[in-house]
Amino acid sequence: MTLREEGIENTLLRVISDGRKCLVPYITGGFDGYLEAISAAAEAGANAIEIGIPFSDPVMDGPTIQEANDLVLSAGVTPLQIIDEIASLDVDIPLAVMTYYNVVYRFGLERFASYLSEAKISGAILPDLPLIEANSWKSAADMKNREAILLAAPTTTQEHLEEVCKETKGFVYAVGLLGTTGARKELAESAKIIAGRCKEITKKPVLVGVGIGAPDQAVEVSKVSDGCIVGSAIVQQLLDGGGPEAVGKLVAEFRSALDNG
Amino acid sequence: MTEPLNNGRFGNFGGMFVPETLIPACQELEKAFREAWGSEDFRNELSALLKDYAGRPSPITECERISNELGYKVLLKREDLNHTGSHKINNVLGQALLAKRMGKSRLVAETGAGQHGVATATAAALFGMDCVVYMGEVDIERQKLNVFRMRLLGAEVRPALSGSRTLKDAINEAMRDWVATVEDSHYCLGSVMGPHPYPWMVREFHRVIGLEAYSQCQDILGSNPDVVTACVGGGSNALGIFSGFVETDAELVGVEPAGGAAVARGIPGVVHGSLSYLLQDEWGQVLEAESISAGLDYPGIGPEHAHLAETGRARYEKVSDKEVVEAFQLLSRTEGIIPALEPAHALAWMSREREYLSGKAVLLNLSGRGDKDATQMMEVLG
Repeated sequence: MTLREEGIENTLLRVISDGRKCLVPYITGGFDGYLEAISAAAEAGANAIEIGIPFSDPVMDGPTIQEANDLVLSAGVTPLQIIDEIASLDVDIPLAVMTYYNVVYRFGLERFASYLSEAKISGAILPDLPLIEANSWKSAADMKNREAILLAAPTTTQEHLEEVCKETKGFVYAVGLLGTTGARKELAESAKIIAGRCKEITKKPVLVGVGIGAPDQAVEVSKVSDGCIVGSAIVQQLLDGGGPEAVGKLVAEFRSALDNG
Repeated sequence: MTEPLNNGRFGNFGGMFVPETLIPACQELEKAFREAWGSEDFRNELSALLKDYAGRPSPITECERISNELGYKVLLKREDLNHTGSHKINNVLGQALLAKRMGKSRLVAETGAGQHGVATATAAALFGMDCVVYMGEVDIERQKLNVFRMRLLGAEVRPALSGSRTLKDAINEAMRDWVATVEDSHYCLGSVMGPHPYPWMVREFHRVIGLEAYSQCQDILGSNPDVVTACVGGGSNALGIFSGFVETDAELVGVEPAGGAAVARGIPGVVHGSLSYLLQDEWGQVLEAESISAGLDYPGIGPEHAHLAETGRARYEKVSDKEVVEAFQLLSRTEGIIPALEPAHALAWMSREREYLSGKAVLLNLSGRGDKDATQMMEVLG
């Protein structure tokens, strides 16, 4: 079985058991050159990739990802187009999509899960679908053997955190700070705290995302977590016109920092 | 009207679709509201504020001249006479009092036409709280007077620059702010929408409109009105007045702008925290509502309205901008009352349906006054 078909959780657990940290870059789907950027990121040592499907009202996203989002939406790219393009992409690491619940709801939950399956996309991250509303989606994803990745926030209560860790598939997406996506000058105190709280509860991979914008921050948070998700810093490369090459270079920097950190 | 069930469901609609970060805040708010709403002290304090500060109860005006013109009895519930000029103050005083009780020091709000923003800035000034209001860049331009009022009241007005740069984008920005400031801030949402408990809580804070109107109608008419009507963007003023008559046999009619008729298109979707009817394309991308009135420029509708529509207890009609402009002039000319463009939508429907309404008694919730729209209407009417 290829890594892409093996799924996110199994792949990341193997990385962890090899004594390494997991690196998951985020790339905005539909953005000019995004398919090449995914390949470049995989080449540069990403362990899985999160591909954004732009939504009109992305409440968890900060200015960088919003800007990329708006460009893709105004170019008329549809969610299905992105999924179809990913389907024919030749890359052998597991992939997840990140979008908002209404996109999935409009497809129909089971239909969306089927499309993911056909495109060999392992799972999905839906930041506006909290655990208490996620039952229907989790069942639909389970039926198609897709991983419904759940989020844990710094504000999440202990009892609820245990549920999130129990119910998530793929990994625990630990939100590093109170706020939206975007690079910050410094790593938030809350990033290591939420990672530590999750690690105490679960053996599943715990990855921190939101606010991880530089390799030293990735190294710092990964002292506690099993790795991290890097979004806005990568997307900024695309917005700046650096293309797949710049994405590959930045992913390689994170990879090298995590491996040597 | 009853309490929603199961994470805030009204029938098939509602819910708590927010990032995990906000779940504890929504749950804490639900608990605090439930406790406060059951507390006699809280109720008394709010009632005193509504009476001595906001000027409640608002009267019902029987309108002879427009009744003669339309051919049926027209009653206006005068929410335009409240302090700050609209019904919005009812909800805002309730939420600000609740926020204070919860130990929050800062209010965050979104606003479309600016009425909710002005009301929130007013309450923040009254309670000595910090206040940030998000407003679409387009709305800032067309509602300059309200922007000035908010700033005068000490609030910071921040433009929402993304998307359609109107109400829906202001809500996105307010939610992003709240995600980052949830520990000391209360999100003072302005309509019967958003995640549970907002649709329920905001309706309860506006229930006073319906309660007053019900007993005023008994005094004036000796019975219920035949029809109760109100404009619907998110739908707070409509639920406020409907709540007094939902248990009666009065017909309930919500009126949406033709360019933002979420119920008429009838496609369920999830945005801003709840599942309801939503203007959207085939991929679930939310469409921009278009209306002459910034206050109704919203692509969704409160989940309880979706439920009332689905069960048939209320019906939802739509009117064009042109009909609204005519109704705006009609009420000004016949009654000496300049309505806000929002309730002018309901009046436009009343004006169109003269035949159907003939001989009936119709209660219109006049949710706000039209001063804020004067500049815009000066351009429209030349």
